[in-house]
Amino acid sequence: MMKENNSAPAKMNLLLSPEDSQRTLSPYVTGTSVVGIKYKDGILMAADMGGSYGSTLRYKSVERMKSVGKHSLIGASGEISDFQELLRYLDDLILYDNMWDDGNSLGPKEVHNYLTRVMYNRRNKFDPLWSSLVLGGVKNGKKYLGTVNMIGVHYEDDHLATGFGNHLARPILRDEWKEDLSFEEGVKLLEKCMRVLLYRDRSAVNKLQIAKITEEGVKVYDPYSLKTFWNFKAFQNPTVGAEGSW
Amino acid sequence: MFRKQYDTDVTTWSPAGRLFQVEYAMEAVKQGSAAIGLRSKTHVVLGSVNKANSELSSHQKKIFKVDDHIGVAIAGLTADGRVLSRYMRSECINYEYSYEASLPVGRLVVQLADKAQVCTQRSWKRPYGVGLLVGGLDESGAHLYYNCPSGNYFEYQAFAMGSRSQAAKTYLERKYETFVDSTRENLLKDALFALRETLQGEKLTSFTCTLAILGVGEAFHVLDQQTVQAMINEFELAGEDAPTAEEGDQAGGVEEGAAVEQGAPLDQDVTPMDL
Amino acid sequence: MSKEMRMSPYTEQMADKAVMAFSGFQADVRALQKHLSARHLIYQHQHNKQMSCPAMAQLLSTTLYFKRFFPYYAFNVLGDLDSHGKGCVFTYDAVGSYERVGYSSQGSGGTLIMPFLDNQLKSPSPLFQLNEYYLYNIDMHDQDAVTPLSEAEAIDLVKTCFASASERDIYTGDKLEMVVLNASGIRHEFMDLRKD
Repeated sequence: MMKENNSAPAKMNLLLSPEDSQRTLSPYVTGTSVVGIKYKDGILMAADMGGSYGSTLRYKSVERMKSVGKHSLIGASGEISDFQELLRYLDDLILYDNMWDDGNSLGPKEVHNYLTRVMYNRRNKFDPLWSSLVLGGVKNGKKYLGTVNMIGVHYEDDHLATGFGNHLARPILRDEWKEDLSFEEGVKLLEKCMRVLLYRDRSAVNKLQIAKITEEGVKVYDPYSLKTFWNFKAFQNPTVGAEGSW
Repeated sequence: MFRKQYDTDVTTWSPAGRLFQVEYAMEAVKQGSAAIGLRSKTHVVLGSVNKANSELSSHQKKIFKVDDHIGVAIAGLTADGRVLSRYMRSECINYEYSYEASLPVGRLVVQLADKAQVCTQRSWKRPYGVGLLVGGLDESGAHLYYNCPSGNYFEYQAFAMGSRSQAAKTYLERKYETFVDSTRENLLKDALFALRETLQGEKLTSFTCTLAILGVGEAFHVLDQQTVQAMINEFELAGEDAPTAEEGDQAGGVEEGAAVEQGAPLDQDVTPMDL
Repeated sequence: MSKEMRMSPYTEQMADKAVMAFSGFQADVRALQKHLSARHLIYQHQHNKQMSCPAMAQLLSTTLYFKRFFPYYAFNVLGDLDSHGKGCVFTYDAVGSYERVGYSSQGSGGTLIMPFLDNQLKSPSPLFQLNEYYLYNIDMHDQDAVTPLSEAEAIDLVKTCFASASERDIYTGDKLEMVVLNASGIRHEFMDLRKD
């Protein structure tokens, strides 16, 4: 039945060329939702630090938000290795931009558009970078928040989320987000979203980071945990009414 | 004295450390009809003198739009100028495609200069025979650059090139300190005065010059003939006479050769077919 | 398409008086629009004028057909004013087949809207179909092939169409954006649709 398993590595044939085997057909280590919002002074973003190997919580301290140059902040969900590869692209981009040393610099809008082109080009080669990205930033007093996914679909909004966040966090944000949130209010709102995600998304872990970007620059805060309450009756003995044979 | 031996190809040095072919290319710039440029904090104005090659022909177009935020004025071989402005246009379009932002002027100028430099170091190429005045606006403000066939480039407050440009240069040198805070209208006025200097007594009309402007909130555009004529009339009516600059004697006040700058549509706003 | 993008426009201005509305794969459409606007810029550099509407329509067609074997998944409607100042609509499939029509609708709700528009607008006989001769010799005919409507009537009809489509089509979104093109310029109008 499983005879093929012990055969030699896949042979070259018409149906499987070497390039095929180097494409991401499914992700290996993935991060779950990222949530980003605009607030009074800039952009706030939150992401937990879990890295799932399929359904196993394999890594527990993965940083999924990074600064990109002076004016941008990127957060990613999806394949972690692809995100880290993408960060290398962005490093090159920013380095090249800085080398001009001419007083011009790429702002969040430019970086977002660049990402959009990279993601879309890779999907056109049937070799996508398996990520959903949120990019936020402030430049010259203008706040920017945009997203792009693995097939190149992209848009801007006042608040954004990837993955489960789209289903669970954005309805909350649509109700409660407003233009002039203070930093404290913004963090509270993000924590509310992250708590819902923590309860409902099995891939989420209770170790999260918050990052902010303002005209002054990027700050990624130290990881911390949210207070949770699991003492609901249904949680205490989840197998009540569904007893197994052993 | 070494000319004859060392001027037949671009890649051979003269013992005096000169590349004659490159210098000849720069000579072509001096022989082209004049082009000038000047800038304030917010605006850049480009101007050119139009010379028809014969009574029967129209003059060539010497000012090109590269993008909403960049324009060039050229002097020398117009054909080379067109090739380079096409290159600049496509660079702008490509940058716009990748970043949805406009290409910083300084960066385009460096790319352009690098392109010109390559031609001074390849045996099978010839240097571009054209000087470009690149005016542009980006996040660091308004800029004016001069690009040379040698691959050198310089940033200027105001500049003039081409035949009899020395007179215009003298005018600009005397007034450049006022340009930084100048208004759009005064900048245009100074451009016309500077252009008039290069005509040396010939009458300045909207037929013999082209003006273009770009600035904050104003995309690059060539001013139409009526507007230019109206400005000229206004100055003449007001009796404003620019102080005549010393007649700077200058190399290559020669009339253009047959290859330099001929025949192109007059009106910038209509297609060749519409003329 | 999922309803992630609740406030993203589905229309793009291509020239002073040309508007493209799209449905399909957003990333493909954006790539297509960027390509077209670059081509339009080049055209303006070379000809010192805006593209005419038949030119823009033809360009869109060839651009789509260029990717015949890996198509842009984009279904476009191009609206424009022709050289007579008359409104014209071009409708496309993903690989570049196109036709000048009096009205068109595309996308998931399009199949619901189209027969309704046929019923409301179409001429009594298919012989009145728009053709080149008709389009460019307007004076020769006194009868319009499409029931003529005033601007207000047309806007009302569009609103009715979308309100109806959103009753049954789950993919029709929360808001309607209308672009009205007339001799005096371009105007955008918005209307809320069913929010479910």
